[in-house]
Amino acid sequence: MATGTETAALEVRGLAKSYGEQTALRGIDFEAGAGELLAVIGPNGAGKTTLLSILAGIVRADAGEVRLPSGGVGWVPQQAALYRRLTVEENLMLFARLEGQVDPRASVEEMLELSGLAQRRGEIVARLSGGNQQRVNIAIGLLSRPVVLLLDEPSVGLDPRQRARLWEFVSALAGRGTTVIFSTHDIQEAERYGKRLLLLADGEALFDGSAEVLREAVRRDTPDAADRDFETAFVAYLHHMGH
Amino acid sequence: MFLLLKDLQILRRSPLQAVLLIVYPMLIAILVGFAISRGPEKPRVAFLDEVPPGARVSLGGQQLPAAGVGNRICARVECVHVNSREEAASEVGSGDVLAALILPANLVDQIDSLSTLTPGTPQVEVLVNDDDPVKAQLVDERISTLLAQANLAIARRIAGEGGHYLHLLIDGGGLDVLGQRIPILGLRASARILTAVGPEVPPGPLRNSLALVIAFANQARENLDVAGPLIDRLAQPIEVKKEAVAGSAPPLEDFAIAVAATLNLTFVTVLLVAGSLALEREENAFSRLTRGLVSPSALVGEKVALGIGVGLAVTLVMLAGLEIFVPLQWGRFGLWLAAILFGGAALAAAGAALGALAREVRAVSLLAFMATLPIAFLSLIPAGIVGQGLYGAIKLLTALFPFKPALQAMTAALDSSGGGIGWPLLHLAVLAAAYGLLARVALRRFASV
Repeated sequence: MATGTETAALEVRGLAKSYGEQTALRGIDFEAGAGELLAVIGPNGAGKTTLLSILAGIVRADAGEVRLPSGGVGWVPQQAALYRRLTVEENLMLFARLEGQVDPRASVEEMLELSGLAQRRGEIVARLSGGNQQRVNIAIGLLSRPVVLLLDEPSVGLDPRQRARLWEFVSALAGRGTTVIFSTHDIQEAERYGKRLLLLADGEALFDGSAEVLREAVRRDTPDAADRDFETAFVAYLHHMGH
Repeated sequence: MFLLLKDLQILRRSPLQAVLLIVYPMLIAILVGFAISRGPEKPRVAFLDEVPPGARVSLGGQQLPAAGVGNRICARVECVHVNSREEAASEVGSGDVLAALILPANLVDQIDSLSTLTPGTPQVEVLVNDDDPVKAQLVDERISTLLAQANLAIARRIAGEGGHYLHLLIDGGGLDVLGQRIPILGLRASARILTAVGPEVPPGPLRNSLALVIAFANQARENLDVAGPLIDRLAQPIEVKKEAVAGSAPPLEDFAIAVAATLNLTFVTVLLVAGSLALEREENAFSRLTRGLVSPSALVGEKVALGIGVGLAVTLVMLAGLEIFVPLQWGRFGLWLAAILFGGAALAAAGAALGALAREVRAVSLLAFMATLPIAFLSLIPAGIVGQGLYGAIKLLTALFPFKPALQAMTAALDSSGGGIGWPLLHLAVLAAAYGLLARVALRRFASV
């Protein structure tokens, strides 16, 4: 398994999880370095959300080890986890206080600046666009200044413009040294924004590496689909791998 | 603390929801409370009295004083006086009155005929509108009661007059006939005179016969002395001696207020807490909160505190509002607080359990109403109204939900005759703990991915 940087911010070894008879994850190993943008990709039901939920500490793994950084892990669930009837500022203030921040006001101001929502601090969240709601959602995940930020399908439901603004924001975070692990089933989005891809299918890790290496593997293993677009070739690759 | 403030902020930001959550249950609670404790209002009945003015029932050729049947009837119903049978029928047909009662012109003659050799059948006429079976039954019961009361009034009057004649026969006196007063000697005086005359009569058959007449007069007087009270009792042969062997009923208005306050507390607390907890999941905040920020137990505790706080405020506001209409014993304020706090805690815990089990706000609202309303009404069924087995089942069921003990605590808190408050408070404390535990266990389902 490859890592993007020399210093591992997060380490996962032999992770496994089952829901009854159904295996959600098995034998997952990977590391993520500081400032790395790791995309966890795969079709629906591949185990992406389960993996991120275990890393976030919401779901307990049946087996394996997760070594988390001392700075903590910020978690941003797929659907915005915030109070739609509170304002942007009230949401941030509530979670800053619950986080036990020494100076919650300063943290809120910092997140308002970082998310570019300072001008809209007094707006009720329900009235914000989906993209801006997601920015608030991420800002809440960043309140504890985590070393690793987990984003579960962050761009679902956003239009292309909102998506572009979201990835600009996330890329800036990674640029500041935050390790960002995000899940997506949009292979082109993963290729565009992920510096490294972790491919899951039926709970197994099929690939861990850069988009270019994945392209090469697709071209090598499924030459018939090699000339088509990357998504079609990727689906052919999954079939080739037995999924 | 911060979560509590957040919930209050959300409540403040949704004025319509807050109004629906607080004002609506308050109105319903007050209406239900007073509806179950107030007797029915006087029904409107069309009344046609065709009996000629001044006609009175006669006894032994003497007219009895007026029994005032019409007045008695109109004291118990709202009489709408009509002038003809057609008008009465029209009033009933239009639904303006529940029924029409017609006293026919020959009613007094028919009653008089009862003491003759050719007795008639006195009848009154009742017109009803049978389009509504419930209403028809109500009319039957009302009319039967009214006629029973009228019969009783007449029977009393006849018994009274009969007793008067009996006393005249025994003790003597004067009887007015056609403006002339006829003296009546009476059995007592007759026996006395004959006893005085007896020694003057020489011994022999005449004296023996006189002794027999004196004995008869004495026996007749003694027996008729016994008959007098018997005739009096005929008018009301059975009287009621009421003795409370258990429980002490508070005044009806206090009970109505206790019902209204408890219903209000129940709806506000259960709906608010259940909805608020389910909202944490619907807003996806639950997983984020319980990821080290707040423990599930603390979250349940916060929701229970929210329910108690809002329930306390709303119930006190309602009681203060009711003070305008019904004087309350503010000296018992401490007991009010205890009843509201314990009741609020148990109801809030039950709301948390419902919210945790149902998980979705819409399902929660439905479940809360489905659980609360029937239990509340079952709790108001008194013993003896239904069969013993069914009442046992109702008692068990209502003991499992906090409404009944909360009502008992509230009743005891509002009035000293409302029973002891200790057991209801203990019952509520046990239910609060049990439902709190159930809510905590059910919250595990919240975290499922």
